[in-house]
Amino acid sequence: MTSVHPNGNDPAPRLDRAAIAKRAARDLVDGSTVNLGIGIPTMCADFLPDGVELLYHAENGILGFKELSAPGEGDPNLMDAGGKFPKLVPGMAFFDSVESFSLIRGGHIDVTVLGALQVSHTGDLANWMIPKRGIGSIGGAMDLAANSKRVVVAMEHTARDNIAKIVDECSFPLTAPDCVDEIVTDIAVIEIDRKNDRLVLREVAPGWSCDDVQAHTEARLELDGEPGLMA
Amino acid sequence: MVFVCEHFGTNNQRSVSDIQEKDRTIWRVMPINKTTNSFADAVADIPSGASIMIGGFGGAGGQPTRLMMALRDLGVGDLTIIGNVAGISKTTGYGWPDHLDPIDQGMFFESGQATKIICSFPVPGTTNPLSDIEKAWREGKADVNIVPQGTLIERIRAAGAGIPGFYTPTGVGTTVAEGKEHREFDGKAYLLEEALSADYALIRAQKADTRGNLQYIGTSRSFNPAMATAAKTTIVEVDEIVEPGGIDSERVGTLSTYVDRIVQRESGDPLP
Repeated sequence: MTSVHPNGNDPAPRLDRAAIAKRAARDLVDGSTVNLGIGIPTMCADFLPDGVELLYHAENGILGFKELSAPGEGDPNLMDAGGKFPKLVPGMAFFDSVESFSLIRGGHIDVTVLGALQVSHTGDLANWMIPKRGIGSIGGAMDLAANSKRVVVAMEHTARDNIAKIVDECSFPLTAPDCVDEIVTDIAVIEIDRKNDRLVLREVAPGWSCDDVQAHTEARLELDGEPGLMA
Repeated sequence: MVFVCEHFGTNNQRSVSDIQEKDRTIWRVMPINKTTNSFADAVADIPSGASIMIGGFGGAGGQPTRLMMALRDLGVGDLTIIGNVAGISKTTGYGWPDHLDPIDQGMFFESGQATKIICSFPVPGTTNPLSDIEKAWREGKADVNIVPQGTLIERIRAAGAGIPGFYTPTGVGTTVAEGKEHREFDGKAYLLEEALSADYALIRAQKADTRGNLQYIGTSRSFNPAMATAAKTTIVEVDEIVEPGGIDSERVGTLSTYVDRIVQRESGDPLP
């Protein structure tokens, strides 16, 4: 694999992790049942637009959790899938793993937001194993990616040394093929247009041109009107 | 024709004259009172080479931590462990209160008792420090079979429900699908996954009645109810054992029929 932009000539600062989460959160629709992965996706919960309330699902068997307990006050019998301890709130529901994955596999999760190691131009997702390590953890990622109504990837646009993560074909083991609908990064918002089998550049970060984003992307990006500004 | 009925457990209340008839089948009639006196007694018959489901999700809640420690102390080897998020708590603190030293399924690889694990999440994102499972795997001492979580729990459910296999969309187009039968339904591809059973299930519940009906609390359900149905022998660690009626019939989470032995923790146990 080659660095697409080895000198790392960024025309402007990239967005920070919180700003990626904030942008991804903007597309979450009020009332949706949502599963947020670990890392940037979890941070989406801190940036919901006014008036938007979501029903959060965690695959260990909890629906309807909100904020976490204060440090040192959590109950191990009230955990989320990231191993953190949410507060008990009215309307919360507990269930076992059979039920939890019936919910997922049955297509009842409206939106899953997760991180990625690579996304291909057709929306293939790789996020569970780095080949040179030789061992990884699938957890609920394959079920969520393959079966959620909408899959959003929230991640940094490139890996260390500016190695492209949005690629023609994933070289890492797949989590699920043909599953990603939208990619939100620190420099762009990209839609996977499955009908026309293409990636559409929808937004760029302030100070970044379409060419700048393309230079950091292995897969070819297309335009469908002028891209907006990420904010 | 073979007519055998085998009694076991520490509180047999039926006589051997309860022998019943079934062709070429040896089956066990459970004692009505399934209370076992100690964690050591509860796991004492587990032999080397056994396959063992360990309940919970990962983290302290729902994990049969005292049964796991008893199995470690028993010292039997060549074990196959079936778990979920198996061995990441010790090095990351996952699912444990900050003030405690986390215990996870990696203990059986640290002790050299386990040679294989079937789970969905064997290793954390970080390799510093190296988890016990990854260390054993790198040294060639452990076979690690990684299964998507929804497929893992459904394979366990299927085993308990008498279903030998099922088709799932999860894993199609990935390494998980290699060598498995594929079939299309309504133009979409699915792959065949097979039921997964075990010799023993070690599980955790909040409360049991003496018959073995179980009640769970919060997110501690996770893999426990399904595992209870899928093993030849199901052993349960609980915080409290009550008389029949002490669990509201509306709140029974696992039926006593699935349960072989129950052990109560000492009151004031500092482990969650």
